[in-house]
Amino acid sequence: MKPVPQMPAQTVAPPTATSGPTASPPAVEVHDLTVAYHTQPVLWDVDFALPPGRLVAVIGPNGAGKSTLLKAILGLVPLTAGWVEIFGRPPREQRARIGYVPQRESVDWDFPTDALDVVLMGLYGRLGWFRRPGRRERERALNALAQVGMAAFARRQIGQLSGGQQQRVFLARALVQDAALYFMDEPFAGVDAATERTIAGLLRELRSAGKTVVAVHHDLQTVREYFDWVVLLNLRLVAAGPVEQVFTPENLHTTYGGRLPVLTQAAETRLRRGTGSD
Amino acid sequence: MFTAFADNPNLWYVAAGSALLGLTSGALGCFAVLRRQSLLGDALAHAALPGVCLAFWLTGSKSLSVLLAGALAAAWLGALWVLGILRGTRLKEDAALGIVLSVFFGGGIVLLTALQHRPNAAQAGLDKFLFGQAAALVPEDLRVLGALAAAALAVLALAFKEFKLLAFDREFGAALGRPMHRIEVVLTTLLVVAVILGLQTVGVVLMAAMLIAPAVAARQWTDSLGRMVLLAGGLGALSGVAGAVLSALGPHLPTGPLIVLAATGVLGVSLALAPRRGLVWAWWRLRAHRRQVRRENLLADLYRLGEPGRDWAQAHGPAALAGVRGLPVGQVRRTLGQLRRRGWLEAAGARWRLTGSGLTEARRVVRNHRLWELFLARRLDLASDHVHRDAEEMEHTLPPEVVAELDRLLGQPHTGTHGEPIPRPGERNEPSP
Repeated sequence: MKPVPQMPAQTVAPPTATSGPTASPPAVEVHDLTVAYHTQPVLWDVDFALPPGRLVAVIGPNGAGKSTLLKAILGLVPLTAGWVEIFGRPPREQRARIGYVPQRESVDWDFPTDALDVVLMGLYGRLGWFRRPGRRERERALNALAQVGMAAFARRQIGQLSGGQQQRVFLARALVQDAALYFMDEPFAGVDAATERTIAGLLRELRSAGKTVVAVHHDLQTVREYFDWVVLLNLRLVAAGPVEQVFTPENLHTTYGGRLPVLTQAAETRLRRGTGSD
Repeated sequence: MFTAFADNPNLWYVAAGSALLGLTSGALGCFAVLRRQSLLGDALAHAALPGVCLAFWLTGSKSLSVLLAGALAAAWLGALWVLGILRGTRLKEDAALGIVLSVFFGGGIVLLTALQHRPNAAQAGLDKFLFGQAAALVPEDLRVLGALAAAALAVLALAFKEFKLLAFDREFGAALGRPMHRIEVVLTTLLVVAVILGLQTVGVVLMAAMLIAPAVAARQWTDSLGRMVLLAGGLGALSGVAGAVLSALGPHLPTGPLIVLAATGVLGVSLALAPRRGLVWAWWRLRAHRRQVRRENLLADLYRLGEPGRDWAQAHGPAALAGVRGLPVGQVRRTLGQLRRRGWLEAAGARWRLTGSGLTEARRVVRNHRLWELFLARRLDLASDHVHRDAEEMEHTLPPEVVAELDRLLGQPHTGTHGEPIPRPGERNEPSP
């Protein structure tokens, strides 16, 4: 890991003023968040607040702590320091309002189960101990599969699905949770064009339904097209705020340590010329 | 087999005990296998040994319930120790299992050796727990084993959905707020019970096989976790009964190892024969694919030979056809026979020519090939002398809808990368004027 240039993190305050006279709490507020795995620091002193109803991209180089940030917010990894609030309350009290799409590679797709069964897992939290999913749950799961264009594959063994289809099954599993806030770990990674369109459309639908989405994203080219807020991360927070204010060549330089891969440079050139995304 | 039961009433008890053991370890073994914890059962079984010895030492009783209670306690402690090492240190699972297995088993062997010199130890037969001794099962033991098995299977049925979540996606479960650590402790406890059930019958050393073999065998036949668990339980019970009966057929045949061999036999058959996942199936599919490739190549060669004059009525001999790709003539003759049986070729003396339907099929293959070449050259900017080999492979596997999409993408082309015509499905078969 290269040292990150010392630079005060630039954070734009959530526009509570524009969201009405009664200031609603931020969807996610992270304060002084520090995570270390066995003395190896992964995230240092991260602070930001994300307003509700936005599509937020978390970007940064490999090993920047993007996935760890999501897991720390969800309470899946212990915090070394700092605190997290979801809609003004601790995450453990807000489980029912949070949906999660883990990285596709995090599970064994040869597991003996079908797409519908995986989507039903999204309802296990609601069912609690010992209750089995019934007809109502199955209907909801089928609806969620239909929403991502996977209704025809409900009974397909998950290992026989393409990568994009597997990703859509994971999205359907989160949709069936009917959450207010979704965390997605690289939903666009390694998917086909049709799936990318489906996911992009789904993100817009979620936003119009007033939901908040926080997604780890790796493709700088599409940040402007798909998201309206960004969190730039490289162990420390580089910047967090609306895309048009924060997604700047300077911030990208800081985030990626000044040595940008070719694709990133291309995106940066486009930004500098002011063409943005098409 | 029936005479074996009639001659030996004790065989009923042995078979019933072995069936209980197979049923429980088969069903629960599925979760160990799916969680890639196949060796956990091995560590737990070995960890049980000092418990058996301590229980005898402290109570002086050789009743199975007392000894199994000791085994249960020791194996459970071992299991918790494994989970604790995984949570509290940077050690990986294999190291944690190795530590627990060797420490507990070493301690067990020391105790066993020390106890051998006590006056009544020889009758207690503690060493039978090493390799199992099913013949010693009495009805009283069966009641204990039956109660343990029923309890373990009941908990499995109740918490099936939780165990599935744990095995498939533990982190998602934690994000849902499910107590994944507690669920893991419950599942591990059930595994301990399954291991304990087999101690007297199969023994410490071979017990892991009863958790692994039926589960892996069952996975071969089904893609549903529920059916896999039922099937693994059934195969485990079947192996148990088979091992018990086999051991009764001759003198000095040990039950435990025979049960394990029966389970391994079931596993071998499943690995070989199961549809889709079996080795025979895979071999057959590969063979079918190779034969299809050879047939389609030969059709395409015949098409290309007739292409210059658009005259496909001319017949060609096997030797000439073999020369096109430098294939053995015998192989080409076999392929020609397959094509004739499909009605795609007809014989003209010792030579062969395409029938009407054969020409249609040949045209399809050549079309796939040339469209794919063109796609690679135009869309992926590959040099035109680099695209042929790739197209040779793709022409056999492109589905019709992809071909239609390629055609549309490339603007319904008439000429390929090398300037040759791209045949279309409905073309006339006569020679061009």
